[in-house]
Amino acid sequence: MLNESMTAPTGAHETSLNIDNRKLGTWVFLASEAVFFSSLIVTYIVMSGRAVSGPTPQEVLSIPLVGINTFVLISSSVTMVMALAAIERGDQRRLRRFLIATALLGLLFLSGQAVEFTLLYQHGLSLHSDLFGASFFTLTGFHGAHVSVGILWIGFVLARAFSGGVTKENHLAVELVGLYWHFVDVVWIIIFTVVYLIGT
Amino acid sequence: MQRNMLVDAQALPLQRYQTSVLRWLVTTNHKDIGLLYISASFLFFIVGGVEALVIRLQLAEPNSRVVSPEVYNQIFTMHGTTMIFLFAMPILVGFANYIVPLQLGARDMAFPRLNAMSFWLFLFGGLVLYSSFVLGGAPDAGWFAYAPLTGTDYSPTHGMDFWALGILMTGVGSTLGAINFVVTILNMRTRGMSMLKMPLFSWQILVTAILILFAMPALTVDAILLYFERAFRAPFFLAQQGGQPILWQHLFWFFGHPEVYILILPAFGIISEVVPVFSRRRIFGYAAIIYSGIAIGFLGFTVWAHHMFVVGLSPIADAIFSLDSMIIAVPTSIKIFNWVATMWGGRLNLKTPMLFAIGFISMFMIGGFSGITLATVPVDWQVTDTYYVVAHLHYVLFGGTVFAIFAGLYYWFPKMTGRFLSEKIGALQFWFMVLGFNLTFLPMHIQGLMGMPRRIYTYAANTSWGDLNFLETIGSFIIAIAVGIFLWNVAVSMRRGRPADGDPWHGHTLEWAVSSPPPGYNFAVAPIVHSRWPLLEENPDSVAEAHFATGVTDIPEETSVFPLVVAFGLGVAVYGLVYLYPVLILLGVAILFAGIVGLVYEPR
Repeated sequence: MLNESMTAPTGAHETSLNIDNRKLGTWVFLASEAVFFSSLIVTYIVMSGRAVSGPTPQEVLSIPLVGINTFVLISSSVTMVMALAAIERGDQRRLRRFLIATALLGLLFLSGQAVEFTLLYQHGLSLHSDLFGASFFTLTGFHGAHVSVGILWIGFVLARAFSGGVTKENHLAVELVGLYWHFVDVVWIIIFTVVYLIGT
Repeated sequence: MQRNMLVDAQALPLQRYQTSVLRWLVTTNHKDIGLLYISASFLFFIVGGVEALVIRLQLAEPNSRVVSPEVYNQIFTMHGTTMIFLFAMPILVGFANYIVPLQLGARDMAFPRLNAMSFWLFLFGGLVLYSSFVLGGAPDAGWFAYAPLTGTDYSPTHGMDFWALGILMTGVGSTLGAINFVVTILNMRTRGMSMLKMPLFSWQILVTAILILFAMPALTVDAILLYFERAFRAPFFLAQQGGQPILWQHLFWFFGHPEVYILILPAFGIISEVVPVFSRRRIFGYAAIIYSGIAIGFLGFTVWAHHMFVVGLSPIADAIFSLDSMIIAVPTSIKIFNWVATMWGGRLNLKTPMLFAIGFISMFMIGGFSGITLATVPVDWQVTDTYYVVAHLHYVLFGGTVFAIFAGLYYWFPKMTGRFLSEKIGALQFWFMVLGFNLTFLPMHIQGLMGMPRRIYTYAANTSWGDLNFLETIGSFIIAIAVGIFLWNVAVSMRRGRPADGDPWHGHTLEWAVSSPPPGYNFAVAPIVHSRWPLLEENPDSVAEAHFATGVTDIPEETSVFPLVVAFGLGVAVYGLVYLYPVLILLGVAILFAGIVGLVYEPR
């Protein structure tokens, strides 16, 4: 998927909109993903307040812990921007460094989420404890899964960078993973606002 | 003369059609994938049709015991699920796959391997769903799967787990396919083909793909919530724990109503190609068809709650959704006027595709009229969940979509195979179809008004529903005969059908500028188009150049096994998820991941 080649007939090497197919495809994919997360967020808003048992969001959600985690994820978007800026200048070394930094920050975010999930589980919150637990873990869990996919994707791009496949002239792979990464980041900011800031 | 030269197929060596089964597993060519979609979904059409016959046999007489109530529930659930997710949608995607790149003057879809992956996800999703019949029981809560029937209390087998995850799999396939179509149509048009010079079928597919993109995620989320409820006891739709059965309905119909347009817009596209060609003139109001299609697509997202009038939303909400639903009749009527006006000034050529197109317009209009009655809240309250709704939806989806599908099959069969389907057998099939269809579904309007609820297992003799039911059962078997006639036609025509050249119908659009069947690469050189009807009115030199350019026989056929691997891995993981068997889940994910690694590192 990452290096799908264009198959335009000879003589039509330019695309109709002058955007690379893969880039347009990524944007279109993210549009669909936006509806996916909107549905999950709506589900959370409808469900979380209707729990008839179990702890409430105000009782168990920890804003300091998740606030730090949010900062970690936003930082990872910054390093992603730096990675793209580096390869636009042709700087291979910094490209790799910033990609590794992004992946590590992503992993740090996931670790933070694991800690949070464990603490909540100890408070008796789970997928089947009540509606709050069910909708909370579904929403944040699917976001976490998206972060994991992003880390794997960065892994593929890194492997390509190390084999010299990413250059100043051809660095679309970095742009694409960057688009995805920023999208997942923005989704988190919405989740943080809805679930943690407004919801508690 | 020039015209015939232009479409003479035999000048080019055809380097495809190596006769190997294996080739079909690894192909990434859009025409192969189109044929795979069309054949696989037609098989599901036959299976779903047999299920319909079982339903009709059970209902033919009062107090009947043809199948048990449990099996009956499974049969009608799988009939609806199959016809929508495993037949109508994928066969239309199949047409789009085969035809859209040809109409655009492109060599293939934007992402050929992703295209193959979409197909395998659909096929494996369908097979996973059907495997539930032998694994303890098929889904049995109806195709729109309302809570609490979907809960483990009322549906204790794994059937609904298979339903949720099978639908999810085909849904992922459809979404990936939609991405592919949007990019292909926006970005791979040949030289000179601006958006407003693009063929109408491709236009309707673009709108359809956008609908899929924005509608499908709601169903995906719904299926995930349902699966979590059943597998992990998450109480999403369990009212006794505060859950919201209504949320299921909102999410389902937020997908489900655009889905109706996902099933009808490509049909509109087929009709918009067939009607002008067989009226021997250009379409009347090209732009109106496009803009009304966009309007339908947009409005399609604002009417979902008309499926939920009896839920007891607020009167204001009912009024808004009722009004919105009626407004959709406007852009739809515009299209009807376009087709009728095209025929009005034309010299009709009543070949089989045209018969089905005229059948489509007539039958679909009846479905449209009953749709307007159903959009009226008080009427809806009276007839919800009666056979009136069954009649309406079959006039739209069978009288509409299925008639258009047959129009498309007869229209493009020569392009796909190089042979015509028999006209005589075709006309025979058409009249059987019209008769059987109306005999089956017209009485259902009356039956619904008489109060017969849909989905009931059987009914008492003193209801006076028996006669109409018996009539409908006869009708359904006439439909079955019509489908049988079609299969016979295909079997005969594949071998002995009249050979078709590149442009057997004197078509208007670029798919008729290449041989039948087209070479693997479609066009040797990208054609240049100057109008909406490149084959009708312009000097065909530029199109001919596309065809007769030399030195193109060495374009390699690209293949890949990894799309199949990815879809297979997901299928394995689904079984693990249904039975909560971690080893199987991990194995499936590992296969899936291996497939993705393969896709990324495959030399292109």
